[in-house]
Amino acid sequence: MEKAAIEIPQDYLSGLKRAAKDEDGDLSSFVLEAMLENYEAAKQDRSAMCGDTGTPRWYVKMGNNARIEGGPIALESALRRATASATKTVPLRPNRVHPLWRTDYDNNVGIGAPEIEYAFEPEGEWIDLITVHKGGLFGTDYRMLFPSDGIEGIKRFYLDSLIAFGKRGLACQPAIIGIGLGGSKDACMVLGKRAACLRIVGDQNPDPKIANLEQEFKELGNSIGMGAMGFVGKSMVIDCNIEVGFCHTGGMQMSVHAFCLSSRRAVARIFPNGEVVYRTDPEWYTPYQRRETVDWQESPEWQSHAG
Amino acid sequence: MAKPRRLTLSTNPKKEELTELRLGDVVYLDGTIYTAREGVYKRALEEKANLPVDLPHQSAANFHCSPAASMNSDGSFNLGSVTATASFRFSKWIGQWLSQSGAKLIIGKGGMSAEDYKKHFVPNGAIYLTTVGYGTGALLGRGVEKVSGVYWHSELGLAQAMWVIDVKQMGPFMVESDLLGNSLFERENRKIAEGIGKLYEGTKPATLKRYGETDNRSDELI
Repeated sequence: MEKAAIEIPQDYLSGLKRAAKDEDGDLSSFVLEAMLENYEAAKQDRSAMCGDTGTPRWYVKMGNNARIEGGPIALESALRRATASATKTVPLRPNRVHPLWRTDYDNNVGIGAPEIEYAFEPEGEWIDLITVHKGGLFGTDYRMLFPSDGIEGIKRFYLDSLIAFGKRGLACQPAIIGIGLGGSKDACMVLGKRAACLRIVGDQNPDPKIANLEQEFKELGNSIGMGAMGFVGKSMVIDCNIEVGFCHTGGMQMSVHAFCLSSRRAVARIFPNGEVVYRTDPEWYTPYQRRETVDWQESPEWQSHAG
Repeated sequence: MAKPRRLTLSTNPKKEELTELRLGDVVYLDGTIYTAREGVYKRALEEKANLPVDLPHQSAANFHCSPAASMNSDGSFNLGSVTATASFRFSKWIGQWLSQSGAKLIIGKGGMSAEDYKKHFVPNGAIYLTTVGYGTGALLGRGVEKVSGVYWHSELGLAQAMWVIDVKQMGPFMVESDLLGNSLFERENRKIAEGIGKLYEGTKPATLKRYGETDNRSDELI
């Protein structure tokens, strides 16, 4: 959690440096340069890159052969303890409060907090602990579209969201924009959030037509004429990631999520021998996570690996 | 490319210093700032609690912020990164707060509406400084000399508490509103709005509208 809060992931940093080089708006350029300086300051001072350290959450992914000492309850307790402890030691801002009574335990733990989501992979004895500290009350929206709205409808809602939240820089752009298409309302929000937070700058959806759309939408977002803080400029979108899920035949749910200038994520892969390997790419969207068939077809590569 | 002008400003600025400022100037602060957001506003203005600090004598700079900080067992504070929160949500309290606290600098994220500037800021001789980024938390943290006090944290929690912080060359901030109530964000919005129409060419409004965005309760969504 300390790494996530302090060290900007390299993929986002490289994307932002490219954007800063291309930006020609006076004010937007100044802002991007200040942000680049801020990432350096955070690393040097071991201080959180942004004072709003978001609402930390966990994504847990396990290889099919992973075993947890003490079972899943022990894991969940450990993640809640880690969240409380990191809040004090990094420190993180104690953002989490009760929605009505505004009770704050000053440790980012409470009812339903931190969120813990799970996924599995067909091989491996490891467990990936992925922490995402997404900020933001702004930049995220949902809309029920229909097949008759078409790609143009998707484009329109995308522009609506970017412009609405981009003004005054409420979305803290330039951002990684995640778009969820399909599922049901809740699943669509999850898809879009994961597209923003669990994929990295520069990767592509394996469906070539969706990959083209990602590229087109990135360029479209950067042609609004708006840059950082809503100033005149052309850096809104560092990358656009789209994830889809099968939905009701009559509908086409869409969600938009902005992972901000502090795109904070970090991963620790834990092996049975206690070894821990850190990285910043969640590697969440594997072929298995996007499977389309009733049974998972074991690929020859996987069989040889497992055998 | 023109670089913005860089200035240093006291947290108890004189009127002449504020008159000097132009929209888009980059400002660094010397002096003392305090954090106050919905928790403090509610307690001070609605519950009429006595302010724990002498305002504006101690500081005329209200930061819409909660720092990333924790309390040590000896009662001292561990302050890391400092980032503003979006100010438009505090519109309902800002007029009364400006006149009661004598604040001349409101510092936050994203500015407030032109209406708030004309109605509340201009008569009180106050301006708005926006943080940059957003999220230059580590840079702003470097401007912190020391936390001189934290008030109401047991009532409001650390995030909503009133933090009084001595600062030196804290920044960057940017001048968003001037003494006449002009807004940098609204100026930029107007420039950008001119080009937006063509992006929408070929699209039509979504088939299903969303309820609650008008006051006309007889509206249907289809």
